[in-house]
Amino acid sequence: MTALLLLEQTLNGLQFGLMLFLMAAGLTLIFGVMGIINLAHGSLYMVGAFAAAAVAGLTGSFLLGLVAALAAAAMMGAIVEITVIRRLYDRDHLDQVLATFALILIFSEGTRWLFGSFPLYLDVPAMLSGAVSIGAFSYPLYRLAIIVMGLVVAAGLFLLIARTRIGIRIRAGESDREMIAALGVDISKLYTIVFALGAALAGFAGALVGAIQSVEVGMGEPVLILAFVVIVIGGIGSIKGAFVGAILVGLTDTLGRFLLPIIFTAFMDPSAATAAGSALASMLIYILMAMVLIFRPTGLYGSA
Amino acid sequence: MTREALLNTAIMALLAAVPIIAHFTGNPFTITLATKVAILAMAAVGLNIVLGLGGLVSFGHAVFFGIGGYSMGILAHHAQLFIPIMEAPFLIDGTKSMPIIWLVAVITSALVALVIGALAIRTSGVYFIMITLAFGQMFYYFAISWPAYGGEDGLPIYVRNSFPGLNTLDPIQFFAITYVALGAALFLSARLARSRFGLALGATRQNAERVETVGVDAYRLRLVAFVISGAITGFAGALFADLNRFVAPTMFSWQMSGEFIVFIILGGIGRLFGPVVGAGLFILLEHFLGGVSDYWLIYVGAILLAVVLFARGGLIGALAGREVAHD
Repeated sequence: MTALLLLEQTLNGLQFGLMLFLMAAGLTLIFGVMGIINLAHGSLYMVGAFAAAAVAGLTGSFLLGLVAALAAAAMMGAIVEITVIRRLYDRDHLDQVLATFALILIFSEGTRWLFGSFPLYLDVPAMLSGAVSIGAFSYPLYRLAIIVMGLVVAAGLFLLIARTRIGIRIRAGESDREMIAALGVDISKLYTIVFALGAALAGFAGALVGAIQSVEVGMGEPVLILAFVVIVIGGIGSIKGAFVGAILVGLTDTLGRFLLPIIFTAFMDPSAATAAGSALASMLIYILMAMVLIFRPTGLYGSA
Repeated sequence: MTREALLNTAIMALLAAVPIIAHFTGNPFTITLATKVAILAMAAVGLNIVLGLGGLVSFGHAVFFGIGGYSMGILAHHAQLFIPIMEAPFLIDGTKSMPIIWLVAVITSALVALVIGALAIRTSGVYFIMITLAFGQMFYYFAISWPAYGGEDGLPIYVRNSFPGLNTLDPIQFFAITYVALGAALFLSARLARSRFGLALGATRQNAERVETVGVDAYRLRLVAFVISGAITGFAGALFADLNRFVAPTMFSWQMSGEFIVFIILGGIGRLFGPVVGAGLFILLEHFLGGVSDYWLIYVGAILLAVVLFARGGLIGALAGREVAHD
């Protein structure tokens, strides 16, 4: 029985990690190419979730909701880049942090104004509801679908960066932006595209997770901060690092919450073990981050 | 006196005058608002030592604010229930005495700052921002999931703690305590900025390599600054908990850390009194815009965005001209 539970929790951790990757990939791309630390990335996640919930609620189609999430987040990302972020490229990190913090306030309150303070709910599509069973083991089909979609998007992103013309430009932009501007690439258009791409990934993750959790204002920031932990662990600017870091954080967090209380019951009474286990589990990924920092200050795949 | 020094004197006088007038016109709510300004300003004065002087953007100073708050909460909680904090190997009782609580708050937050700082200062730039933010979140979730002291619901304290010779339940007397504490923090931070230590720290902000070449250990310098800064913010946290007679995990939240930075920027970065003006402005906005619209933070966001993009000197920069004390 415990082995089956462990398998289920491992899959949950994988699913969580893949969603974190979608967030972290956008953040790390935006930082790597444009040198911008974007706190409002969590707001774009929220925009995606709200767009999906609103459109799916109106039309009854989850797929349309997903398309709406991608479109809304990408559009919002492009608007933000053109109106605000563009003015921040040659500013220091403090200005970037503050301006994007201001954007969080505007996005959160604006969404609250539009949709009210009550959470929205996004239903799992009928086609993906139910569970898959293999012998004694059963797992929700929707979560399995999220894992597959997460892997497909991750693979697509790697191909986009490694094999396409736009990917070449993005990588070139990371290593030397003056040079590619001199070679005739429209750098401001490239920046808008990269920002919109990152935003779309965040919005996509928001919409997928929206069907598991409630869709509410402020849902993006906890995920954003976890994505920061992922980037610190993986190394800033590295998509591969973001992937490894995200899976590591997803598994550590989920399995820690599951296993630590069980381990603690071995030498404590059950209620104290649950309290101590869950308290320690909530700190586990940050301890992981601290360990990585001690041994590799620039992250697993980061360059100095 | 320079224009800025004159302005600073006026700010301190105004912050004292408003609650005194409110006291004589029988308006205790205004006194509470002024007390809140003084305490939040003090927390931001602490942050300003690393941020303004040292150039380290700490997005996790709510940690120290929360540690200070919980120091007060835990000590007073045990005192009001008459349960000792620990009995073996030696007895430690709770306390309702402010000076002891402050001492504990300052020492505990300094120790936490030492540990977080030792890890975070190994990095710089964006890494530093993300790591301090992450450690803040770690304490937030720990406070939520640790049930012994209220967990998610927080910890109420029934009667405000006592200070020898004063009646702390009287709003104006409690304000006086926070005002003097803020004054002390400002004095310390002004002295620090002019000391050898402060000058060296300011130099690490401008060019850390050059400072290292001269033979100064930048890492140690920043770590000491981080500890002092955390201790001041922790002190403010203990006062804040006493103002509300309530401690909650929200004191650890990242929004809190963000607000401290916002105070400094609204007031004017690199200015001694920037945090005071910023905190005052923020509380005024909260009070007046909060009455106009439930979505007042949207206006704060717009104002902040405008200040960052177009008016980088903040309010003091606008009033006192562009001359900055250091730089």
